[in-house]
Amino acid sequence: MVTANTELAYDSKIEGEVIVTRADAVINWIRSNSMWPMPMGLACCAIELMAAGASRFDIARFGAEVMRFSPRQADVMIVAGTVTYKMASAVRRIYDQMPEPKWVIAMGACASTGGMYRSYAVLQGVDRVIPVDVYVSGCPPRPEALLDALILLQNKVKRTPSAKNLLSA
Amino acid sequence: MPEPEVTAAVKAKFPQATDRASLDHPAVNLPAADVPAALACLRDEFAFDMLTDLTAVDWSSAASPRFTVVYHLFSTARHDYIRVAADCPNDAEPAVPSVCALWPGANWHEREVYDMFGIGFTGHPDLRRILMWDGYPHFPLRKEFPLAGIETPLPDAEVAAETHASVKPAPLMGGPFVASSGQVNLGAAEPGGKDESWTERHEKPE
Repeated sequence: MVTANTELAYDSKIEGEVIVTRADAVINWIRSNSMWPMPMGLACCAIELMAAGASRFDIARFGAEVMRFSPRQADVMIVAGTVTYKMASAVRRIYDQMPEPKWVIAMGACASTGGMYRSYAVLQGVDRVIPVDVYVSGCPPRPEALLDALILLQNKVKRTPSAKNLLSA
Repeated sequence: MPEPEVTAAVKAKFPQATDRASLDHPAVNLPAADVPAALACLRDEFAFDMLTDLTAVDWSSAASPRFTVVYHLFSTARHDYIRVAADCPNDAEPAVPSVCALWPGANWHEREVYDMFGIGFTGHPDLRRILMWDGYPHFPLRKEFPLAGIETPLPDAEVAAETHASVKPAPLMGGPFVASSGQVNLGAAEPGGKDESWTERHEKPE
């Protein structure tokens, strides 16, 4: 049985229990703890991305477990794998369909730089078509490395002047 | 049927067929025009019922005939392979007859050979590129094509205009990537380009 311990949040005598904060802190707290990924799985890094989402590594601990296969519902695109030139246009179009604010993690050597694929067919780093916030090294990176990237991204989001951006938008 | 008898039977049926040097399986050279009939004969009379591979060779732009299309057939009944090779008669616009009517699986193989070598397959139901995008102007497995690539616009003009990105040559920069096994130093054993004397910005020293 859940006890009705609702006093802190819903007390009608509001004066004694106001929490004072900054708009940035609230907005960034909400945003950084609920980042829905767009899993742009293009190669073997996607397997590590799946491992990061599964029970052992459990990306849900950081509020990013809701993998959205529709870019319109996603906050952060995780580019996991080799981006070919043929795919690059599709990656850019999917990125364009994500609502603001949006972030990008380039997961692994291929997404960051083209990796070992120095050839006519492979884009030499996804940052040539979309802006990247966090790069993850590794071929493929361990799930811990991806979680570290997510934490870095959360810290970046927490430093954003979100209220100012919202008002000026 | 022992292997020499198959090639002998093919040569009896197709007088222009010749033996092809081979280290493993029996192999014959055929004129391109005879290929569909010869492969149909091998499939129906000698039980080579499976087309395991269809590929091509570019003997360099100086050679003539320049392109050879190679077929590997397998018999699931006798567990034998046979290799059939056909030179493309025209070096500038190479083409051979399609064998899609014999094996539907030849469809994508022929598209890949067309994509990589620019060899046409007459009678193919849907001869489009399969790996590179439609409109890509080069044939990457031809000898004159550099592995690094040639500067080309992106397939999507809208994305290209938005990002100012294009297909850029990517030289190997110290590659090819090799691993030095048995190294105590793990950094040196890591697969990588060992020659770091040149980059995208600095020419490779002659």
